[in-house]
Amino acid sequence: MALLTVNGLCAYYRTEVYGISRTVRAVDGVSFELYPNEIYGVAGESSCGKTTLIKVISGNTKPPLKAISGSVDYNFGDYKVDMLQVSQEELRRNIRWKEISYVMQGSMSVLNPVRKIIKTFEDIIDTHERIRDKKKFLEEAQTHVNRLGLPTEVLNAYPHQLSGGMRQRVAIALATVFHPSLISADEPTTALDVVVQRGVLQMVKDIQSESHNTVLLVTHDMAVHANVADRVMIMYAGRIMEEAPTERIFNAPLHPYTQHLIRSLPMIGERSNKASLRGTPPNLANPPGGCRFHPRCPFVMDVCRTEIPELVLVRERHRVACHLVKEGSQ
Amino acid sequence: MLKVIRDLLKYDGRFRIAFIFLIAVVVMIFLSFVSPYDPGKSFVVAMDAPPSLKHIFGTDSRGIDIFWWMTFAVRNSLVMGMITALISRVLAIFVGLIAGYRGGWLDRVLMSINDSFVVLPLLPILILLGFLLRDQMNLFLLGVILGFFGWPYDARLIRSQVLSLKERSFTRTAVYSGTNGFWITFNEHLPFVLPIVFATTINNLLWSIGMEVTLSVLGLSDLTTPSIGTALFWANQHGALVAGNWWWIAAPTLVAIVLFLGLYLLFASINEYIDPRTRLRLIGG
Amino acid sequence: MSANEKMLDVQHVTVEFHIGGLVGGSLLVAVNDISFSLDSDRPEIFTLAGESGSGKTTLSRVLLGDLVPTRGKVLFEGRDVALIRKRSEFKEFIKRVQPVFQNPFDTFNPLRRVDAYLFDTAMNFRMASNRSEAARVVDEALRNVGLSLDEVSRRYPHELSGGQIQRVSVARALISKPKLILADEPVSMVDASLRMEIVNLFRKLRDEQKVSVIYITHDLATAYYISDRIGIMLRGYIVESGPVEDVLVRPLHPYTQLLKESVPEPAPKERESWAKHIDLGTTEVKEYGRVGCKFAGRCPRVMDICRKVDPPDVQVGRQTVKCYLYKDSASAEVS
Repeated sequence: MALLTVNGLCAYYRTEVYGISRTVRAVDGVSFELYPNEIYGVAGESSCGKTTLIKVISGNTKPPLKAISGSVDYNFGDYKVDMLQVSQEELRRNIRWKEISYVMQGSMSVLNPVRKIIKTFEDIIDTHERIRDKKKFLEEAQTHVNRLGLPTEVLNAYPHQLSGGMRQRVAIALATVFHPSLISADEPTTALDVVVQRGVLQMVKDIQSESHNTVLLVTHDMAVHANVADRVMIMYAGRIMEEAPTERIFNAPLHPYTQHLIRSLPMIGERSNKASLRGTPPNLANPPGGCRFHPRCPFVMDVCRTEIPELVLVRERHRVACHLVKEGSQ
Repeated sequence: MLKVIRDLLKYDGRFRIAFIFLIAVVVMIFLSFVSPYDPGKSFVVAMDAPPSLKHIFGTDSRGIDIFWWMTFAVRNSLVMGMITALISRVLAIFVGLIAGYRGGWLDRVLMSINDSFVVLPLLPILILLGFLLRDQMNLFLLGVILGFFGWPYDARLIRSQVLSLKERSFTRTAVYSGTNGFWITFNEHLPFVLPIVFATTINNLLWSIGMEVTLSVLGLSDLTTPSIGTALFWANQHGALVAGNWWWIAAPTLVAIVLFLGLYLLFASINEYIDPRTRLRLIGG
Repeated sequence: MSANEKMLDVQHVTVEFHIGGLVGGSLLVAVNDISFSLDSDRPEIFTLAGESGSGKTTLSRVLLGDLVPTRGKVLFEGRDVALIRKRSEFKEFIKRVQPVFQNPFDTFNPLRRVDAYLFDTAMNFRMASNRSEAARVVDEALRNVGLSLDEVSRRYPHELSGGQIQRVSVARALISKPKLILADEPVSMVDASLRMEIVNLFRKLRDEQKVSVIYITHDLATAYYISDRIGIMLRGYIVESGPVEDVLVRPLHPYTQLLKESVPEPAPKERESWAKHIDLGTTEVKEYGRVGCKFAGRCPRVMDICRKVDPPDVQVGRQTVKCYLYKDSASAEVS
């Protein structure tokens, strides 16, 4: 039973300034499903639409971003939510922090710089459940934070007194305080050192394996997905190119873009020459016709320039959108 | 430039209104050069006549056509305001950029001077100066004096903007491109500082004209020169309201409102237009 | 200048900062007795690897002449960088030592066209005497990094991708024909899949243009790919250094081993070792203040002496390690 079903989602940024209007088609026809108890990775380079996707899914659409068509439906057991129609009040009261949490890139977007961490905890919990017993609340906050490997002193500190890694872990602690069914994290470790990144990602994995919830992890770093995700989805220019279990993506990637993403990463002990993609990243205000990847694809054929390849199931749990690969062929 | 004005006219309601108001003001100023009456001469027309087709703003108790007299008033007030704005902008930018970029003892000295000016109670000082320089006081001198008092707030604003800009990577890029300090502040920092400068210029204009009106109403500037303030002074002096010559007070008030509103709306719309963030959205960022 | 003279000679550089108020407060030693050198006749890529708080950024500022060290000196082509006072001397220096910065979107002023900086550099260092000559110089530099003046001309930073801007940044650094480029985390803000292209440029610069590069990073994978030598920094010290083949393939210092193990490999089968739990330990300031080896708080092989006295530098084969574990098996103790 799917936790989240996204169908044909199109979300665009429409700006109009002094007579110049631009439409950026950040998410252009995306369909996928999330299931309970999995870590689902979304990969792709900057401005492929993955941040927009996560914003729409988490109910964070503000003008000039607007969901134009498609559906985003949640199934939290006996509580079902249509994310594109739900009211702000419903989001605030019952959904945010409780059913879905959104960890943005950069912890400072959720941590109030002039309040101690414990106060931010209070603020969040208070919105949903009146805190009746102050002492009990403090103890629970401490336990929660300790269980995630953070020292108790963190609660009494101000955000600027903590290192970047600590702040990010606190942001994750905040996101999990109500044990939501879905935690969406957008580039949670991008600015962090490699050892700290490891610690933060391990924390995410621990949380997931303990509470059996779903984690949606967005990052451009395929190496992170290799070590953390159960399934990975590759996005390019607002569309899904490939989606498969992690092992499959890395051992037998079918889409040329996926192949490039993996091959372009260096590994210690290996110095072979890494080829690069020709061409430039796509302009989402004016994307290429047909398959959006065709200007840069090493295997481009005539049909790729005119016909959009459909995202089809080629093998169990493995979908690809490429004219090179036929449905059910694997 | 024309394209900018066209864009603003088309899309910004505030600019449209400001445009109309300020065109009216400019027309008045131009009219002053073709005035049929010499503002220095009195008793040239019928006295105390209410507004009519012949005398649009009516006439006053000294036989002066108020409308044509106001054209000179507007011209003088605006010119004085511009002198103040020019002097104080130049000082503010100069001080702000240097203090911000150079730092060190120069910054401390400049900011001490700056802060001393900020705490000075301006109106009493101007009143005092008005008394002392009664004979020599004219609008030009007033403009210069106000200019020397009008820069501190903005210098500090500009300085703090420069302080943060100094830390940005692009400042270092410019340094390693071999650019010297002056060009760095001019090419890299000034574009960020300009919106502040522009906003405060209009502000400054409004402030200085307001000051002039205050001083003139108190009788402390050159009362023979027409200005918005002196218009109100003379109207008061002759007990216009008591005598029922409401148009004598209404005219300068109306002109002042149109001028102030026009300037304010102009400031608001242009400020948004040249704000770096809007500029970025315009060029497609 | 003799053939053996060092191009860059970093001699026992220490940088101390006072943190806290005027009264009281404490001493933070950001860079602690660092020494290394680069030869003039052998262009190489030397990596300074370390996490945040390791002192690498402070060290890079010292190397660029931006910060005067508390002790020790940096000699570039025989002259002490800290003694540069006059503008003409400074210009001479930066003509030969150029930086590449971390954040592509802040490297250039968002309100200025990107090629303006390239033209400025060309004119300021007298690489061209008029605009059309400068255009040639700029185009040549851009072609060296895989771009061209046509592509970049009249563009604002936000119209280019992060990867493209970093290339332009490298091109700008090349215009004055420097001998040394200091790249401070040039690819950490660039997508993982695009890093290789940028980093490959440095290899090309070393091989074709004979430019040396000091590459500062926390990404060991790209460091392995392009470096000749590498120095691992921790809390102001270089704890291990040597040829990259030795240091990264057979790391000796426990910290280097931790770093290497923490790099996520794009291969799911490696998950086991990476998944081994680590303790993220104490905050930066606490580790800085630690007496003895800075890694003692997290080291899996810590001994008593590690907590008391700074470990000495020990030579093991072609590597230098600052660790008590190797003191006895050392081939020679390095002073």
